[in-house]
Amino acid sequence: MSHASDLIAADIEAYLAEHERKDLLRLLTCGSVDDGKSTLIGRLLHDSKMIYEDHLADLEADSSIMGSAGGQIDLALLMDGLKAEREQGITIDVAYRYFSTTCRKFIIADTPGHEQYTRNMVTGASTCQLAIILIDARLGVLAQTRRHSYIASLLGIRNVVVAVNKMDLVGWSEEAFDDIRNCYQKLAADLDLADPYFLPMSALLGDNVVDTGHNLNWFDGPPLMQYLETVDVATGVDLNHLRLPVQMVLRPDQDFRGFAGTVASGVLRPGDEVVALPSGMRSTVERIVTFDGDLEVAGPGRAVTVTLADEIDVSRGDLLVGVDQAPSRANEVDAMLVWMSAEDLEPGRQYLLQSANCTSSASVASIRHRIDVDTLEEQQAVSLGLNDIGRCAVTSDRELLFDPYSSNRQTGSFVLVDRMSNATVAAGMIIGASSTWDRQPGASLNRQASSISGAERSARFGQQPCTVLLTGLTAAGKSTIATALERRLFDRGRTTIRLDGENVRMGISRDLGFSSQERSENLRRVAEVARLVNNQGIIAIAALVAPKEEVRANARELVGRERFVEVFVDTPLAVCRDRDANGMYEAADRGEIPQFPGVSATYDRPTDMDLRVDTSVLDVDGCVDAIMEILAERGYLNA
Amino acid sequence: MSAPTATLPSELRLTHLRQLEAEAIHIMREVVSQFERPVMMYSIGKDSSVLLHVARKAFFPGRIPFPLLHVDTTWKFREMIEFRDRTAAELDLDLIVHTNPDGVAGGINPFDHGSRNYTDIMKTQALKQALDAGRFDAAFGGARRDEEKSRAKERIFSFRDRFHRWDPKNQRPELWDIYNGRVDRGESIRVFPISNWTELDVWQYIHLEGIPIVPLYHSAPRPVVERDGTLIMVDDDRFRFTDGEEPEVRSVRFRTLGCYPLSGAVESTATTLPEIIQEMLLASRSEREGRIIDHDQSGSMEEKKREGYF
Repeated sequence: MSHASDLIAADIEAYLAEHERKDLLRLLTCGSVDDGKSTLIGRLLHDSKMIYEDHLADLEADSSIMGSAGGQIDLALLMDGLKAEREQGITIDVAYRYFSTTCRKFIIADTPGHEQYTRNMVTGASTCQLAIILIDARLGVLAQTRRHSYIASLLGIRNVVVAVNKMDLVGWSEEAFDDIRNCYQKLAADLDLADPYFLPMSALLGDNVVDTGHNLNWFDGPPLMQYLETVDVATGVDLNHLRLPVQMVLRPDQDFRGFAGTVASGVLRPGDEVVALPSGMRSTVERIVTFDGDLEVAGPGRAVTVTLADEIDVSRGDLLVGVDQAPSRANEVDAMLVWMSAEDLEPGRQYLLQSANCTSSASVASIRHRIDVDTLEEQQAVSLGLNDIGRCAVTSDRELLFDPYSSNRQTGSFVLVDRMSNATVAAGMIIGASSTWDRQPGASLNRQASSISGAERSARFGQQPCTVLLTGLTAAGKSTIATALERRLFDRGRTTIRLDGENVRMGISRDLGFSSQERSENLRRVAEVARLVNNQGIIAIAALVAPKEEVRANARELVGRERFVEVFVDTPLAVCRDRDANGMYEAADRGEIPQFPGVSATYDRPTDMDLRVDTSVLDVDGCVDAIMEILAERGYLNA
Repeated sequence: MSAPTATLPSELRLTHLRQLEAEAIHIMREVVSQFERPVMMYSIGKDSSVLLHVARKAFFPGRIPFPLLHVDTTWKFREMIEFRDRTAAELDLDLIVHTNPDGVAGGINPFDHGSRNYTDIMKTQALKQALDAGRFDAAFGGARRDEEKSRAKERIFSFRDRFHRWDPKNQRPELWDIYNGRVDRGESIRVFPISNWTELDVWQYIHLEGIPIVPLYHSAPRPVVERDGTLIMVDDDRFRFTDGEEPEVRSVRFRTLGCYPLSGAVESTATTLPEIIQEMLLASRSEREGRIIDHDQSGSMEEKKREGYF
């Protein structure tokens, strides 16, 4: 091995100092048996002088027995680890290879392109920051290219290199390269793969691998190695949302109690206020303890031990997060599942769900669809088999704390484990809390039409139906305004229905609690009722906290944009607390009501409301006046 | 959540060694949390020294919460045993030393029984005995994926059945940093926290952290005989000379340590760590070549692994 050998020979101390500052890039190579993938990796290792002479000697011996490179050293043989596979002539598992240059260490996850091995590619991709997608220049974009690209995108790989290999076999044609690039760009757009780097190459002859070579003078981008050395590997690291899954509690003696774990995202500093979930207890970071001394700051990827200023109960599986940065929580989530077992997925069967911060018992409640990875089509499916990928609703017996996988790989991923065999049977990437909002009604249902037209109803009631949603913190004054608005409309001869959040919870939402997911469901039910009564010509007045912008937007879509009026009852938190006759805020402070907007959960201030009223400035009549004005303006009060 | 930030400020960037270290710490903490009776295989070599050092970091300020297990073939270099005992005393470690009593009773030695038999009885069988006796459900090892072809596909959590066998066709998929450590009674997991380190990473880390290693890695004048192009050190008076063999003192060091009659020395003048690394980098032969057991036949390490050798 002799890379950078001049410096090594002349000044080893300088070499060591330089190499101790290297960073790390984990990358994935995707291609089929015939794309020359193993040859490419062999060449990266060979040309960066990472193959030892004795390995090379083994290779020469092996090449003469099994090689397919016609007398030349078959670099592909270097990549094939297991004996049985070598005899089959294909690699069938994930193999890891290592090489380094002066500025970077590289870990290559080499996974097979053979179509029955999706699970291996998913496994390899799960830890990678970059993917090299190999395309045979003679064949262009194939079904397997789609498959590889889809999986790279699914697993959240943000850097993609599209290496158009075997350029020597198409006469180094720029036109052939451009055709492939144009074709792939359409695919990249479909898959949300940002800005792939396209590279013409010959792995066999070495052009554009480590050196530019002289056959591709029309191409002016850097060769592969140079690109790999300089691409920004920290892309996509989230510094704004602290997530520290607690792996274990360290208690060497009476005086020390530390919470050990690896920072998944965000930045941690002594003095920071943090929230322990699921309890919701708050404390302040006292020290970030390591063997090498306390740290002033710890970012993503650091393995640390944290001590807190207060004696709060934290154990393995808990999550330390920043204040007002709560992750989502739900018992039922929608996730993309990659099935990895020869035994099919059984919906309803209990599996173990293992994530960065939790082990629970879980089942797949339903399969929304399966993805055909070659065409990217969504298909109906009743089960998933080995190497299938599908969107599923997963139900856990413990509430899951998570972020969408697209925001956070650590807190958005899980595996399913078979309880009998203990085998890992699926990989899961969470999309979000499962929601009844987008559940489709049964295909056998038919809507029963009415014989009364909208115009007839308007003529009868002297109004155009609409839905007024009053949203705001608890005790902001929503119900008071809703009641006064109802009175005013009634007195003016209009026909209304009032849907108060509290009243609804005593009846049609009796089964719901106050988690974010349940609040969402409550608003959905209210919106469905509002839509029904609107369809019958009646004005609906809904008063609910409705803390999530996204959920309010769903309600707007459900009811219909043209007849939805969102009123933000904007009362300062302190005023709400003062007015709170039911003691809700105090109960939330004590942790008795989790995820309480304004205390332990956020209230998204509306950004596209139709009206904002501040009850600390306007009295109730003033608020009703303002709402009446907008209703009149939009013509809802005319027949 | 808001859009991710584009790049990482320099104070938060971790070098490759710090990332590898953090990964190893994470793995060790996971094992201690998931398993009832973990143990660390301690071979006294440089990889074991790194593993031990990382374990100290993982559980700091606490003590290492598992014992270390050394399988003593009785043919280790004397300096290794001294180093082992000194390290255990200095770091207050729970050290278990096991030797296969059947092998001792049968007088098994590397001179009469061939490297294959000897290794099976004194290492593989001895290891299984010790793991069974301790009812260990997880065993840390210092193996790295870059050492040998069959190891490139090894998982970090590597499942072993109740006979300690590895089935390369039936490995659990391992995704992200989620490790499935579920086993039934009698089954176990071998855990390789430094899987992703290369030989150079190990040496650089030893240099950076000032980790003590057995002096045999450094060159010194040592008595050796040359056999089939391999330099074997005469470490004690059990050494069997063939006719006409005379030990001669040469300046040598070892790239890997094991049983002295089976460990090839290299001629060298490297006495400092940077010099050793320099020599390693400029050398053209990979590290395991000094180990005689790997070269019986191509793919032989894989067969040994299936049988339960690390």
